[in-house]
Amino acid sequence: MRISAIMQEIADHLEFAEFPLKMQSKWLVDKPRMTFDVSRMETRTKTADVSAQALQAMVAAVAADRDKGAFAQLFAHFAPRLKAYLIRLGTEPGMAEELAQEALIMVWRRASTFDPAQASVGTWVFTIARNKRIDALRRQRKPDFDPNDPSLLPEPVESADRRVEASQRQEKVRQALRSLPPEQVEVVRMAYFEDKAHGTIAEETDLPLGTVKSRLRLAMTRLRKALHEEENEDR
Amino acid sequence: MPAFHAPEEMLLAYASGSLSEPLSLVVASHISLDDTSREAVADFEEVGGALIEEIEPVALSSDALESILDKLDDLEAESSPSAPVGRDGLDLPPALRVYVGEDIEALKWRSLLRGVQEAEIPASDGEGSKARLLRIAPGRAVPQHSHRGFEVTLVLEGAYRDGEEVYGRGDMQVAGDTVDHRPVVEGDVPCLCLVVNNAPIRLTGPLGRLIDPFIRY
Repeated sequence: MRISAIMQEIADHLEFAEFPLKMQSKWLVDKPRMTFDVSRMETRTKTADVSAQALQAMVAAVAADRDKGAFAQLFAHFAPRLKAYLIRLGTEPGMAEELAQEALIMVWRRASTFDPAQASVGTWVFTIARNKRIDALRRQRKPDFDPNDPSLLPEPVESADRRVEASQRQEKVRQALRSLPPEQVEVVRMAYFEDKAHGTIAEETDLPLGTVKSRLRLAMTRLRKALHEEENEDR
Repeated sequence: MPAFHAPEEMLLAYASGSLSEPLSLVVASHISLDDTSREAVADFEEVGGALIEEIEPVALSSDALESILDKLDDLEAESSPSAPVGRDGLDLPPALRVYVGEDIEALKWRSLLRGVQEAEIPASDGEGSKARLLRIAPGRAVPQHSHRGFEVTLVLEGAYRDGEEVYGRGDMQVAGDTVDHRPVVEGDVPCLCLVVNNAPIRLTGPLGRLIDPFIRY
């Protein structure tokens, strides 16, 4: 019942990309886009119930012992978040659930490739879900889909000395996110969760494009600074 | 190290998964060669990870976990996928290797002008934006042209000069629709570039205007 209500809501908001926006949306994936009422976006933050270290230990247990209990905990933590993320990006709820499950299966299969020095578990899972969604979109466009899709390729490895403890990085970003002014958090969320060109964000927030861009730039600069300050402290 | 990095906006779009396929290919290739841009992408992904933690979860159906747990035993552990190994002697980024295969000579190359060859790459976004390799002989130039849309160029081998600037391996040049230029190959080796246009270029030199209708790119 809840699902059908959500689907109706999504159907109400479905609209196709408009081509006058093409110049602003030139970099974006071509597909129907969803619009959501910005005023309904929550700006509050939610405290995670599992620590970054605990998540790391669960992935390690899956990698070393094929530990299903640890996997179930990872599933309980991430699957509902990924489903929410995919729905926010306009994925139909049934498909969002399927992709969230596929992403968690990938976590099971690739657990041994996870490197805690490179990324936090949350970031690793985010990239898996992001790539799953990209794959699904490309498969719709190209039926002769190549299973060795480049979005599945790992990012090139970074030199270890440039990265501090990844779980600390995650905590730093989250703190920085909480300290941002709400209007900056809003454009950051839209950039990640709504698959929108900045021009579209500008239209929906009734702000000039320049304002959206500068807010986003300010926010990203502050978030990156928070990450790198940590590196300096650690040296 | 490359001096010309991808615009932050583009790296953010890549990290958040909203970049089109041809541009994702260019960015994935670029960050293999450019630590500065790669670091930015890693940071932006970290932000994505943090946002996922803070999102309001949506419950899955009650049997979602069980249906997977039953399957887990049949699922082998899997290593990360890898790109084909090149046989053409070129050190290409892995993301690009997946598209071009082990030997770029096996692609369908066609001559545009003397010393200028191109091969299309099967990455499209369904909106008319295309990726191709462009190979230009030493001393040769791409004819003077402007763009109806944007043009993103990543240098893979060799170098070219555009006005005051010289672009070498790993450098990215983003030219908007106001740019009218005539890049010339620098040095004595051919220049190999990965190029994405979202619309055909427009030849603007004196000769170019005459042959423009015959050159699609």
